[in-house]
Amino acid sequence: MSLAEPLTRTLAIPRPRRGAFGRQVRAELRLVFGRRRNQILLAALGAIPLAIGIAVKVSPPGGDGGGGPMFINRITDSGLFLVLTALFVMLNLFLPVVVGIIAADSVAGEAQAGTLRYLLTLPVRRGRLLVMKAVGIAVYALASVGTIAVVAAVAGISLFGTGSFTLLGGQTVSAGEGMLRILGVALYVWLSLFGLLAVGLLISTLTEVPMAAMAGTLGFAVLSLVLDSIPQLHAIHGVLISHYWQQFGTLMRVGPDFASLGDHLLLQLVYVVIAGGLAWARFSDADVTS
Amino acid sequence: MTTLLEDEAVPAVGPALAPVIATSGLTKRFRSGQVAVDHIDLVVPRGAVYGFLGPNGSGKTTTIRMLLGLIRPTEGTVDLLGESMPDNSASALARVGALVEGPAFHPYLSGRSNLARLDRMDVTADPKTHDARIDEALRRVGLTAAAGKRFRQYSLGMKQRLGIAAALVQPRELLVLDEPTNGLDPQGTREVRHLVRELSAEGLSVLVSSHLLAEVEQICSHVGIMSKGSLLVQGTLDDLRGGATTLLTVTTRDTDLAAATLRKLGLADVAVAASDEVRATIGEVEPERVTVALVKAGVAVRGLAVSRPALEDLFVELTGEGFDVAR
Repeated sequence: MSLAEPLTRTLAIPRPRRGAFGRQVRAELRLVFGRRRNQILLAALGAIPLAIGIAVKVSPPGGDGGGGPMFINRITDSGLFLVLTALFVMLNLFLPVVVGIIAADSVAGEAQAGTLRYLLTLPVRRGRLLVMKAVGIAVYALASVGTIAVVAAVAGISLFGTGSFTLLGGQTVSAGEGMLRILGVALYVWLSLFGLLAVGLLISTLTEVPMAAMAGTLGFAVLSLVLDSIPQLHAIHGVLISHYWQQFGTLMRVGPDFASLGDHLLLQLVYVVIAGGLAWARFSDADVTS
Repeated sequence: MTTLLEDEAVPAVGPALAPVIATSGLTKRFRSGQVAVDHIDLVVPRGAVYGFLGPNGSGKTTTIRMLLGLIRPTEGTVDLLGESMPDNSASALARVGALVEGPAFHPYLSGRSNLARLDRMDVTADPKTHDARIDEALRRVGLTAAAGKRFRQYSLGMKQRLGIAAALVQPRELLVLDEPTNGLDPQGTREVRHLVRELSAEGLSVLVSSHLLAEVEQICSHVGIMSKGSLLVQGTLDDLRGGATTLLTVTTRDTDLAAATLRKLGLADVAVAASDEVRATIGEVEPERVTVALVKAGVAVRGLAVSRPALEDLFVELTGEGFDVAR
């Protein structure tokens, strides 16, 4: 009975499947981490603490107050301090660059490649896509901080040993506690990048040129650092995205100033809410002509 | 027995026969003030292969972007598979496969990885059949052998095929193919036409856009012609052609005698087009009568042709201008 067959194909409206969000996130991470450029970037991030460690080994800093970045004088006492020196060096420039690059790829890069229009012709809500992109950047930032910390810890311990881990007040603690405190620092550094991550995502939704998005995000971070260095602008320092970045040193004291760290994380949250909200408002309604 | 016949005689009327695409007063005015699409009422019936034709720059792609919810209309509405776009895009887009303004993929991923990424991003995709569906889509477009190559190493034709494959990975009701034959050689163009026919036979509705009328004319059941942002005409191909005048061409050395005979038969627009050619509009007169009359009049006929105009001629007739240049 060929007449009984339908002339045209109709489908029941397909429903989202269980575990779809997890698959989407994994697909996004595969894209970010599968890209050769991003793998090289991670390798480069790992090379820097290695270079600092070797430099300190070859030419140990003499005595106290020999200049150079924070904690560099203590590396010879305990290799674990290499992690702190490395994170201190990376936070003001390299890590913002990393966030800028990955954020630029996330939306502007897909727009430039034209792949954004194909993502948006799938049954994917735009808000969900933006969340996925944010997760991709955040996980890459975590991988960056993790790479720096792990390479620095391994290099530091093998070059200088764990030695005696002395806090800033002169108290000596066990290597285990030192390790724990350093883990806290790494976590703090990672969370410190969240405000910039949201700003980067916002800028990425505003352009189809990834280079411009990258420059915009980095420019935002640099502007914040510059304004923060001008004492006459003291009044606004408290709201600058980078103001508390270097506060992690307090975790190296006997009684860390948790209130100050909390203020900072709250400030990051404010940036995430404002910039993320603007990004969503822009992206959810934008004409995609790329 | 009787009841059975009656059952068969009743046409299957129901929601299944609602159009797959229906727009009403669809308009897009860009911020520059340019009106890219101007109040069009596009209707794609279910089961149709709809040729969406028009020169480059006539507003086809902007219309397609509005259909798919990529850009928001300035005015008017889009109904896609019964859902209002762009507000209910997710449930409609799950049933639509699309190729929009050329293929675009990540250059450093293989063709297969690109399809895999898109499929993982589709919340309605079944992870159990993921590999099998991708293999099948690649096979259908003839890319199985090149599946592992990076996209950046693909030729233009292979990129185009991958774009079509992406629209086929999931089962769909409607395919929207924007210029699917761009960059393909004649053999590739034939293959795409064959594929569209095949998919249509499987019950899919297809909207296929092109600036090359002749290329899609052969596969369309319905046609809509765009020019400068307006939908000039749409309908079944037969209706559109039927509305156009049918041309008679007589090849003979006796041009004057032939012309006189044709006039006597009541044909319009009789003209001597060349030293050995007479043309006329045949109208309601049967070609057989013309042949007999010419022979009886003693015209030495070398050839006689009745031609229905190609879509391209129809376009020229509608707009009074050539097809190739958009102004």
